[in-house]
Amino acid sequence: MAHGTYYLPQPSNWPLKGSIALFLTTFGGANWLHHSTFFGLEFGPYLFVLGLAMVFYMMFGWFGTVIRENRAGLLSDKQVDHSFRWGMAWFIFSEVMFFGAFFAALFYARLISVPVLSGEQAHYYLTHLIFWPDFKDQWPILANPNPAAFIAPKSVMEAWGIPAVNTLILLSSGATITVAHWALLKDKRPLMLVAQSITILLGIIFLSMQAREYTIAYMEKGLTLASGIYGTTFFMLTGFHALHVTIGTIGLCVILYRMFRRDFSPTNHFAFEAIAWYWHFVDVVWLFLFILVYWL
Amino acid sequence: MNLTDDMATAHDHADHGPAKGLKRWLFTTNHKDIGTLYLLLSLTMFFVAGIMALVVRIELFEPGKVWVTPEFFNQMTTLHGLIMVFGVIMPAMAGFANWMIPMMVGAPDMALPRLNNWSFWLLPFAFLLLSLPLLRELVGMASHLIGLNLFAGAGAAPDYGWTFYAPLSTTYGPDSTDYMIFAIHMMGISSILAAINIVVTIFNMRAPGMTWMRLPMFVWGWLVTAFLLLAVMPVLAGCVTMMLMDRHFHTAFFEAAGGGDPILFQHIFWFFGHPEVYILILPGFGIISEVVQTFSRKRLFGYSFMVAATITIAFLGYIVWMHHMFTTGAPYAAQLFFMYATMLIAVPTGVKVFNWVTTIFKGELTFETPMLFALGFLVMFTIGGFSGVMLAIAPADYQYRGSYFVVAHFHYVLVSGSLFAIFAGVYFWLPKWTGHMYNETLGKWHFWLSAISMNLTFFPMHFVGLAGMPRRIPDYALQFTNFNQIATVGAVIFGLSQLLFLAIVIRSCQKHKAGVNEHLPDNVWDGGRSLEWTRLPTPVPYHTFETVPEIGPNDTH
Ligand SMILES: [Cu+2]
Repeated sequence: MAHGTYYLPQPSNWPLKGSIALFLTTFGGANWLHHSTFFGLEFGPYLFVLGLAMVFYMMFGWFGTVIRENRAGLLSDKQVDHSFRWGMAWFIFSEVMFFGAFFAALFYARLISVPVLSGEQAHYYLTHLIFWPDFKDQWPILANPNPAAFIAPKSVMEAWGIPAVNTLILLSSGATITVAHWALLKDKRPLMLVAQSITILLGIIFLSMQAREYTIAYMEKGLTLASGIYGTTFFMLTGFHALHVTIGTIGLCVILYRMFRRDFSPTNHFAFEAIAWYWHFVDVVWLFLFILVYWL
Repeated sequence: MNLTDDMATAHDHADHGPAKGLKRWLFTTNHKDIGTLYLLLSLTMFFVAGIMALVVRIELFEPGKVWVTPEFFNQMTTLHGLIMVFGVIMPAMAGFANWMIPMMVGAPDMALPRLNNWSFWLLPFAFLLLSLPLLRELVGMASHLIGLNLFAGAGAAPDYGWTFYAPLSTTYGPDSTDYMIFAIHMMGISSILAAINIVVTIFNMRAPGMTWMRLPMFVWGWLVTAFLLLAVMPVLAGCVTMMLMDRHFHTAFFEAAGGGDPILFQHIFWFFGHPEVYILILPGFGIISEVVQTFSRKRLFGYSFMVAATITIAFLGYIVWMHHMFTTGAPYAAQLFFMYATMLIAVPTGVKVFNWVTTIFKGELTFETPMLFALGFLVMFTIGGFSGVMLAIAPADYQYRGSYFVVAHFHYVLVSGSLFAIFAGVYFWLPKWTGHMYNETLGKWHFWLSAISMNLTFFPMHFVGLAGMPRRIPDYALQFTNFNQIATVGAVIFGLSQLLFLAIVIRSCQKHKAGVNEHLPDNVWDGGRSLEWTRLPTPVPYHTFETVPEIGPNDTH
């Protein structure tokens, strides 16, 4: 055969299914937001759920295909492995930039918009003088420039309660996944399985604690998405982070299943490393969140 | 599942040609097929967005209302901009990347071929989503004519300009804004995946001996572009996510009443937006480098400086975004920094122009259509670059901003820059791809008509802009009429000339499909240095470099 060893996949219908799935999700979602009806039926939510289900189906099928290709030994080539690694690395880079946009919004609010609106940075700013002369520079904000439009929380989130514990949990999970990696390389199967399971457990504990914290924020403190820029940045940053922890935890579970299936060897375990990198990325994002959103 | 059998048989089939029928295009993992799909999408959207531009130009033929409502005019300027940027220039460049990068680095395909298919097939759905509100509106208008009242009250298409500033797009945005937001999410996923694929292909798929400093300039241009995409498309995704939250979940990103700031929108948008202009032009620089050296029958002058200049431009591109915001009340120190940083970009760009001119100097020149477009690029892109330096000067920008001068500037860099580079690339590689030589006379007509009408359209805009005509307004003061009429005539000629291009491309594709073999030489232009010319037959077969080539010092630059 004239082929080099580089594996080139055959024509595939998963990408097209993925595009249709995303189209249905977004088209349904947009119509849901506006409660559009078609012959009296509000179709948005149905399309949205259908699209989302198709997204999961597509991911299941697509990743499944890759796993089967790997089992067939088609991906064992070093160069193919490198492509996957580089691909994952640059994907994580793009995720970093996505979080960067929300961190930028946080810095902007704390360093520029709130001081300017409060007249703190320069007393002559007209927005302050004309619209909201009572607005004071403070972070977290307990009174918004227009208190009627954006109802401020009663109190703010504390760093040294649940968030501090959560920091410890995520840091430990970073350690346990490293143990699992080491065990995988050394072919110590029981230790690998235990360490991987503990990592998953820590992820789940983190998420439940986070859910508990959101409940406290909404129920007790009155801190919501609609509480002005403090609530906005708080929930968007921690929310996207929690979403990533959820995706990571699901990924870890798939890896655990594949560990039971004996899919990995000390020399062939790209999927494990990809999720491990992802998990460390989520970990680092949390450290920044803890310091910049909760603590300082 | 007998997938293993599937794969085994399929592996043998891979040596033959493409699959038959529609499935080939829907499910393909072949970089040449995907490149063709990108180019066809781009060509289609080029005419869609071009018609929108003509609606705008015809409305501006005279002061007052000519034929469309001001609301519809706004939707036309908005969609024209969005589609030209995301639906024409970017997919065309991605089409070239898919076709050429694997061949230029000596790889059998892109590094992640299945993902490559998804990068493309996200786009048609994204543009469907983006244009649904307009389609709905047009169907509504048509149904009104025949007495029906379909889609009454469905609301307007996006109408706030392609920059969709908050609060025009948040508080005051029409319902269709959410379609646009989600369309941008999908385009973003597409661009990020394509960029990952390109970076990985260039990092990991180069043939032995294809060292970094032997890469053709086109590959370098795209490598740097891919990094720009990876860094700024996620930021744009974040930006539209914030809009979505502000619109529906009462967050306060762009709401001063809640402690946010609409100016924040501009920071985030332009952090994406300025690098975006390099995303649109750097692959074009690459194409121009290939064309200029081929038709000068010389090595590119100052290759390593060209590489360094490309990287420098991209780096500086990250730290100049506030030149779009000089009049937002930014501190003077910030204005000065962004002004000087912006003007600094003229240095590496000047290096590039100098090197192209020096490559041409004393070359054995011939003037086929690709070279004509490249020369047109050199002259007119440089004009656009100069008006860019004028706009970079903060105090001058206070006057120019929001005027037709800005419109003139970015059309010189996008039409006679990016678009001319795309034309040059199509004429340059079309014979290689199809094995059929396009009609040179028609090609030259296309160039001269485009170049003349392009200047007719956009040069007068400098004058009306400096004299104070604002952009994005369907009406204007009486004294601007003459220049606007010249511009409209130019635009109509430009639009019609593109039909020539369409005919030329269709002809080539037909001949290719009919299997006409004109026995063109491998090195079609007798001066090509990169691997597609020196190592591959014409037309290029469906699969190339299945056995890994060895690259020596004489192979490229
Ligand atoms: Cu700019």
